[in-house]
Formats: sequence, C-alpha cells, structure tokens
Amino acid sequence: MAESGQNQKFERLEDLPPPVMAVGILGWVRNNLFSSLSNSTLTIVALYLLYLAIPPVVNWAIITADWIGSGREDCTSGGACWVFIYARLNQFIYGFYPEAQQWRVNLAFALLLVLFVPLLIKNFPYKTWLGFLLLLVYPVVAFLLFYGGALGLPVVSTDQWGGLMLTLVISAVGMVASLPLGILLALGRRSQMPIVRAFSVAFIELWRGVPLITVLFMSSVMLPLFLPEGVTFDKLLRALIGITLFESAYMAEVVRGGLQAIPSGQYEAAKALGLNFWKSMSLIVLPQALKLVIPGIVNTLIALFKDTTLVIIIGLFDILGAVEAAIKDPSWLGYAVEGYVFAALIFWIFCYGMSRYSQALERKLSTGHKR
Amino acid sequence: MTDEKPTATPPRTAFWNNPTFRSLAFQIIVLASVGAFFAYIVNNTLTNMAQRGISTGFGFLDLKAGFGILMSLIEYDETYTYGRTFFVGLLNTLLVSFLGILLATLLGFVIGIARLSRNWLIARIAAAYIEVFRNIPLLLQILFWYFAVLSALPSPRQSLSLMDLFFVNVRGLYMPAPQPEPAFSAVGAVFALGIVASLVVARWAHRRQDLTGEQFPVLLTSLGLVIGLPLIVFAVSGFPLTWDIPVLQGFNFRGGLSLIPELVALLLALSIYTAAFIAEIVRAGILAVSHGQTEAASALGLRTPLTLRLVVIPQALRVIIPPLTSQYLNLTKNSSLATAVGYPDLVAVWAGTTLNQTGQAVEIILMTMAVYLTISLLISLFMNWYNKKTALVER
Repeated sequence: MAESGQNQKFERLEDLPPPVMAVGILGWVRNNLFSSLSNSTLTIVALYLLYLAIPPVVNWAIITADWIGSGREDCTSGGACWVFIYARLNQFIYGFYPEAQQWRVNLAFALLLVLFVPLLIKNFPYKTWLGFLLLLVYPVVAFLLFYGGALGLPVVSTDQWGGLMLTLVISAVGMVASLPLGILLALGRRSQMPIVRAFSVAFIELWRGVPLITVLFMSSVMLPLFLPEGVTFDKLLRALIGITLFESAYMAEVVRGGLQAIPSGQYEAAKALGLNFWKSMSLIVLPQALKLVIPGIVNTLIALFKDTTLVIIIGLFDILGAVEAAIKDPSWLGYAVEGYVFAALIFWIFCYGMSRYSQALERKLSTGHKR
Repeated sequence: MTDEKPTATPPRTAFWNNPTFRSLAFQIIVLASVGAFFAYIVNNTLTNMAQRGISTGFGFLDLKAGFGILMSLIEYDETYTYGRTFFVGLLNTLLVSFLGILLATLLGFVIGIARLSRNWLIARIAAAYIEVFRNIPLLLQILFWYFAVLSALPSPRQSLSLMDLFFVNVRGLYMPAPQPEPAFSAVGAVFALGIVASLVVARWAHRRQDLTGEQFPVLLTSLGLVIGLPLIVFAVSGFPLTWDIPVLQGFNFRGGLSLIPELVALLLALSIYTAAFIAEIVRAGILAVSHGQTEAASALGLRTPLTLRLVVIPQALRVIIPPLTSQYLNLTKNSSLATAVGYPDLVAVWAGTTLNQTGQAVEIILMTMAVYLTISLLISLFMNWYNKKTALVER
C-alpha cells in the first residue's frame, strides 16, 4: 500500500472557480443589494416604487409625447406636448428681442464661447491675454451688441430683453461684479482699522440677513427715491445693483473663510519681503486663499444663477418669466408641466455643469495639501 | 571692539509714510465718504417724498386697512388697521417657516442617511434626489407645485379622500380638527408636569451616574412621564376630545382643519428643496466622524446603538448643527417667495399690498428688513452660543 502511494504521481488539480454567488454580477448584486434581510426588503420596496414612478414618466415624456407639429391641434396623443416648447422656443431664448436683431445676441454668445472655452483647456497659451480680453474688452462689445445705439445698430431697449438671454446677462454681470466686491469686503472685515471693519461687518450682515426679494423690492421701490430729481435708472440696472450687492455679501463670507485658513506665517513672510499691503494680498495671500475656497465660490455662483429667477417678481421676463407668460397664453392653456419641465431642465444643466466643473478644478488645483 | 552706545535713532520717515497716520487718514476718508453718501440719499429721499406728497412717519399704522387676507392666524377682516396686517403677515411667515423647518429636517435626515446606505440602489436614489432638487431654482419649484400640480387636482365634489377623514382637492387639504372639551385641560396640565418631571429625573440620573457610575433608564422613564401619564389621565377623564371631521356642504368642505393650496405648494417646495441641502450637511457630518472613533468605541466594548448614541452622533452633531441652522435661516428667508403664489406672508401682505395702498415705501421696506434681520440675528446668537458650548476643548 505504501509503495503504491509512493508511485502515485502528484497531479495538480485545476483551481475550482470561486462560488458563483461571490463574484461577478451575482456577487455584486448580493453584496450591494441583498446583503441582509433589511437590505433586501429596502431594495425590493425601492424597486417597486421605481417601477411605479419611472414607466409612466418615460411614457408621458417620450413614448406617447408629441414632438412635431406647429399648433395645439398636433398634440393629440395624451403624452407631453413638446410642440408647445418648440413653438415658443424663440421667446424662451430671446424674450421680446426683435427677430431681425437676434443675430446680435447669437454673435455675442458665440464670442463669449470662443473667448471662454480656451480658458478651460489645459496648457493653452495666451491665457492671460484671453482673460484680459474677456474681462475688460468683451463686456463693452457685448453691451454694444445687446443694446446697440452705435455703429449703425438700432437700439433695443432693455424691456425687450428676456428669456434665457436675460438670465445669462443678469447672472454673468452678477458673477463678474460680485467677486471683486466680495474680496474687498472680506479684506475690509479682516482689516486692522476699526471703522473699515465696522462698515464691512454691517454691510455683510445687513445683506445676508434679508431675503433677496426684499432687496429687489427695495431696489425697485426705494432706489428711485434715493436719486435726485430727474435721474432715473433702468429697471434691469436696478435689479442688477440689487443682485450684485446681495451676492457680494455672501461672496465676502466665502472669501473670508479662505483668508482665515492661510497661516499667519504667509502674511509675515510677505511683510518680511517688503511687500506692501496690496502686493502681499494680490501676490501671496489671495491666490492661496481663493484656491482654497473654489467650491464655496462656485456654490455662491450657482446660488446666484438660481436667484436670478426672482427678477420675475419685479416684472422682468427671464426664462422662467417667459415660460410663465407662455403657459398663461389662452391658445396654449394646459401645458404648464411641459413649460416648467423645460425651464427646470435648462437650469439643471447649467447648475449641474458648474458644480461638476468646480469639482474637477478642485482636484486639479489641490497641489500638495492632501495628507 | 563692540560699540556699547545705542544705535542712532532710526531715520525719520515722512509723516505720510507713518502707518498710524495712514490708517487714521484712510478711516477718516471712509467715514466722511460714507457719511456724505448717506446724507445725499436721505436728502434726496426727503425732497422726493415731499414732492410726491408722501408723509413720513408711522402714523399710517393706525389707519383702516380695508382689504381682506386669504388666511390669518389671528382675528382679522377689512375693518382692522394696517398695524394688524403686519402681524397677520408676520405670523403667516413664522407658520410656514416653522412647518417647513420641521418637514425639511425630517426629509433631509432620512435622505442624508440613505445617501450613506450600504444598499447601492438606496444610495443612488438619494444621490439623484439631491442632485435634481438642489439644482433647480426654488421659485420654479414653487410655481410648479402650485400651477402644475395643485391646480390640476379635482374639484371639491370629486375630492381625493383618505378613509373619508382627509380630503384633497383644488381648494386645499382638509383634515379632522381636534375639539378639546373642558376636561381636556387636565391632560395638558399633566403633560406639562411630565416634561418638568422628566427634566428633573434626567438631571438627577446624570449626577448619580457621575458619582456612582450607576445608570438609570432615563429615556423609558421620560417617555412614561410625558406620554404615558397624560394618556392615563385622558382615559380616566373619559376621553374628553372629539374630532371635527370636514364634510362636503354645497360647493366646498366645512369644518375640520384646512390648509390652503398656496400654503401646501409653498411648504412642499420649501421642504423638498431645503431637504436636499440638509441631506448633504448630514452626510458630511457623519463622514466627519473618523472611523477610528467607531473602532475605539467597539474596542471599549460598546454595542452599536450605544456607539451611535454616545460616540458618533454627538460628534457628528457638532459638525451638522452650524450649517443646519443657516439652512433654517435660508428657509425662513426663502419663505418670502410666497408672494409668487399669493400666500399671504409678510412680504406679500406687508411689502406688497400694504405698500401699494399706502405708498409708505421707506417705512414698510425698513420694517420688513428689520423683521428678517432680527430673526437672523437671533439665530446667529443661538449658533454662537452652541458653538461655544460644543467647541472641541484641546490641550
């Protein structure tokens, strides 16, 4: 017996495959969806709720929806009536901007894209020049294109602006104007000078303590009282002033957070190099501080973008205002859901895009602070 | 050879390079320009108002308002004064903020915890909820609920009903209202007594545990005192509570408790929107408690519920509460969007209708702003107190 055992050659058996339930799709499903009794119950309940919710929505929005046509008569199938959006698209994008002049709006936004997209590309040369053009030259060009009144362009007064275009104008102006103002306020709040500090604190806390709607009411009702006789401000300009002041207070608090996070050694080193206040801030402290608070700044910008919808309360027609007007149009009654879904989709794309971009930027700029 | 003599006085700088002088001069300039700016504005305002024949002052508060308000928590009709409309609006704002905070907190905590669930599907659904609702403007959501959902509900005669007690229709939400009888006040008194007693018990138990290490079932005792005892009194006194159930009479429901659709739309939008932000705060707070803490707790032999209650939740709350209060503040301020659907809150009633009728723009806007500023000041006072109380004490 012993001999036979010795003569037997050792043969390696094939590895057994891992249990079916532990790897692959089944393993994943078991680990992530049915790991315990309570988890399985949750999964089944959630699947059932999704089954209740998703098919009717897909059915309404896509399968039985009407996509082509020109009027109300074409919406017969009982699903969503996207014809309504298509028919009103021009108003949703340009408001009451005269159709013959709409190329100016298109040109201005095309220019913006041409100038802005290269800034997002890594290693693109001449970024400084582009930024310079974008911040100092472009606003003038855009204003000329939108408003006209020079170079043979007829004037399009601001009460004809509307739709998505107005939303973008208000948010762009608000964003560009509130950041520098916010930085100044944040520096003021951390200043050694008691009077400057007191004013900054008062300004910031006042605007942060009241709702934007009262600020807009104030800018539309009280601003005309503040101005000397005969001077009037455009309604859009009044809204812009209100929004900028309001958002700059929030921006200031975000920037202050960044300033506080910079170790005092940096301030002292800048002083030791003989830099004066503005140089030490702009060359040493602010570049580091702003980098730290990019998520906060983008969150404030997203909030600003969403807040622009409030201008409809003082009678401006941004994209939500245009949708509201179209819904109440007697020839298109009953398509409120489609209108709101369209506006929500537009806002969602912009806001989600911004938050995703900020996350990417944060990863790119996190140079050596990670532990 | 070292020179023992003190070095010469530093070279004199010109006085305009002296930092003290500079800061003083700069501050005087700032003060003067801000002062001049305000003087200019006040002067312009006074001239403008004089020209338009608007009287200044708060005399208008005693005038008869002469307009009705859709919903009021205090007694109100057209014959009351403008001063009264201010309080009606203020109370409506506080009501919707309070209910909104309650709902948003509940929903936000559920979604935030679901976002961290080990169940992939639940975590995905929670993430989708957060990404969808916080990226759509609140005003749009309010309008959507009001004009697209609630106005598509059936008329009173075809109301949707739940067990014939709750009814939903285009005019609002109707539910049974409790009607306490005189004997019910005893139950209330016992309830209040129970709260006081359980506070005393909690203090005593805490002190005893500090001294002897013995634990006392505080939660069970308090539940018994606050809920059990009043229930017993309620039963003994013969259930002195009847329900006023809404009944369809003519074209609408009578009786019961009703919520107007404006309030329902506002409440839904506010709580769904704010819950998305609260969920993120809750998630961040729970993630902020390092895993080492949980491991250390289980190394000490604490069971999971105790670990949660004594180690994880107190530390997570320290991270959660400050941003949570600022979300509450945001919700209160956002409730001013009520004016878009016509819910009679402070901004709609006061800075809207009253302002249009009286033309007292300055006084009314200042009063409105003062209300919101007071609320936000109170909340930040609370936050500072809480931060000081729970701040990490480091060696």
